[in-house]
Amino acid sequence: MPKKSFRQAVNEALRQEMERDPSVVVMGEDIAGGMGAPGEDDAWGGPLGVTKGLLAQFGRGRVLDTPISESAFIGAAAGAAATGLRPVADLMFVDFMGVCFDQIFNQAAKFRYMFGGKAKTPMVIRTMYGAGFRAASQHSQCLYPVFTHIPGLKVAIPSSPYEAKGLMIQAIRDDDPVIFFEHKAMYDDEEEVPDEAYTIPFGEANFLREGEDVTIVAIGRMVKFAREAADQLAREKIDCTVLDPRTTSPLDIGSILESVRETGRLVVVDEANPRCNMATDISAQAAEQAFDALKAPIRMVSPPHVPVPFSPALEDEFIPSVEKIGAAVRSVMAAPARRAA
Amino acid sequence: MQLNRDDLLRAWREMRTIRAFEEHVHTEFAAGGIPGFVHLYAGEEASAVGVCMHLSDRDVIASTHRGHGHCIAKGCDVKAMMREIFGRAGGLCAGKGGSMHIADISRGMLGANGIVGGAPPLVCGAALTAKVRGTGGVAIAFCGDGGANQGTTAEGMNLASVWKLPAIFVIEDNGYAESTASAWSLAGDPVKRAEGYGMPGTRVDGRDFFAVHEAAGEAIERARKGEGPSLLHVKLERFFGHFEGDAMTYRAADEVARLRAERDCLASFRRRVTEAGLLDGAALDAIDREAAALIDEAVSEAKAAAFPRPAELLTDVYVSY
Ligand SMILES: Cc1ncc(C[n+]2csc(CCOP(=O)(O)OP(=O)(O)O)c2C)c(N)n1
Ligand SMILES: [Mg+2]
Repeated sequence: MPKKSFRQAVNEALRQEMERDPSVVVMGEDIAGGMGAPGEDDAWGGPLGVTKGLLAQFGRGRVLDTPISESAFIGAAAGAAATGLRPVADLMFVDFMGVCFDQIFNQAAKFRYMFGGKAKTPMVIRTMYGAGFRAASQHSQCLYPVFTHIPGLKVAIPSSPYEAKGLMIQAIRDDDPVIFFEHKAMYDDEEEVPDEAYTIPFGEANFLREGEDVTIVAIGRMVKFAREAADQLAREKIDCTVLDPRTTSPLDIGSILESVRETGRLVVVDEANPRCNMATDISAQAAEQAFDALKAPIRMVSPPHVPVPFSPALEDEFIPSVEKIGAAVRSVMAAPARRAA
Repeated sequence: MQLNRDDLLRAWREMRTIRAFEEHVHTEFAAGGIPGFVHLYAGEEASAVGVCMHLSDRDVIASTHRGHGHCIAKGCDVKAMMREIFGRAGGLCAGKGGSMHIADISRGMLGANGIVGGAPPLVCGAALTAKVRGTGGVAIAFCGDGGANQGTTAEGMNLASVWKLPAIFVIEDNGYAESTASAWSLAGDPVKRAEGYGMPGTRVDGRDFFAVHEAAGEAIERARKGEGPSLLHVKLERFFGHFEGDAMTYRAADEVARLRAERDCLASFRRRVTEAGLLDGAALDAIDREAAALIDEAVSEAKAAAFPRPAELLTDVYVSY
């Protein structure tokens, strides 16, 4: 099977769906680029080159550059989705949700319910998240917990190129609005990705490794870190299950609970700020529904409750690391077994 | 405002300082010393300086992601700015902000901004403060041609008119937003947008420091007199990529070279003042050397500065908590 980067995987998913379904359109700032400019067309192919080449194949009618007017074009995607297209809109950095959030959470997310089940809004918002780029406080946030909070939205957070392609095709075919998170530090990650189209269903967690001692649930880029930590811990004879929920809405809480019932220990790794993030949500559900199975307190590995700083010296401290994950796992292993009351 | 010899020397020094700053940052970025996203202002100096020459610390500006020039023109410390861009301790924002978030509230510099369209509403607030407290100050939003299309800009202009605020919207139209030409993205005419919101709008050639200075002077005077907001649509040029690292394949092959030769606001200023006998070449050259030396020093000091201590990750989130 050919190796492909995360960037190529998303590009291929978009291309194959646009080939299959003429109602799929893509839009965003510099999604092709060079509009009205004297140089090359498709000069950018998206802010980080993810949509490069779509213009040549599908033309300006389906590859739509936009002015810097997120409220207008994200809202237009919602309106188009409700009336027969399948738009994939690029919100560039998820931090920019601030200038267009109403169109997402009051409009797109709520049409179906408010209209008594009579509307469909099959749109995808692609967006970059995450720290590590020295991009500072307004270009580095995770923010997927905010979207996960909103009923009516689905939230996909692929953890590798293979996952990205399958989840993107599912997102485009899905009849609900999907927010699709791409970690900006993962675009050059490579792995084997099939040439043909395939889907990965939403709400089905992926077990990347099975162990008896501790369940590690990790989100997005943190999955890679969790696997590395688990490899190291295996050498210390600590055997971890690593579980990637793939989507935070819907969330496959069933698989998480099943694993926690087997291991009795849970560590949740989330790059989002620690208050009301996926780690607190998953931990709360596990505590509520599998309390009897827990042998140790649940541990959460998240950044501190601060904005993402610019200086590399500070940003490196901010991001959860393989070391911090390892330490959390060791601490739950060290916790005294809970005695029955 | 008539410009005397000292004013002209000051204008030149500030524009040269900005140019030297940006050229050094360009080199240092390419050498790998500067983290993150950097957007350079070279080619646009006459706008920041032509506007900010009218201002003092009681006046507030808010800027964009391309903010170094506005910061320097508003009096931010260039050495502290450079440390900030290098992410070092002693940076103007303690290394927490970086290029896109340089700010110095004490100088009336409300920040560069990573969010396109962030400034116009903020400036309405700063203008409101000036109005309510009767400081006589004005507030100025710098905004790109791309930022002009943000809903926040439209709402800000309307609010400024409705509240009759001492606010000025300076649309710096450098021809592009990222790779997208303003000729395409900016529907209609920004000057007519101003008219639509009931405020005067003026188009200005940003190569011409004197034209910017004069138009800004009128808008600022009007605002100080309590007559409400105005808009300037400044046409100017960006000499580097959108960000450092941009291959600029959307531009014509010889475009930047041609603009540097024909539309350089610094060359135009120099020609104008020397031909009119207002300043002599030697005085200008001396300033050039001083500006270059200052920035050289700023770079070497920044590179030698320590990084922030890790514990600072947790400070400054709240005033109290
Ligand atoms: C809300 C928001 N949308 C998009 C971006 C990404 N972005 C950064 S700069 C830029 C182009 C800005 O163009 P313009 O306003 O003309 O300013 P210039 O870069 O030309 O100075 C874009 C799209 C952003 N930072 N914020
Ligand atoms: Mg521009």
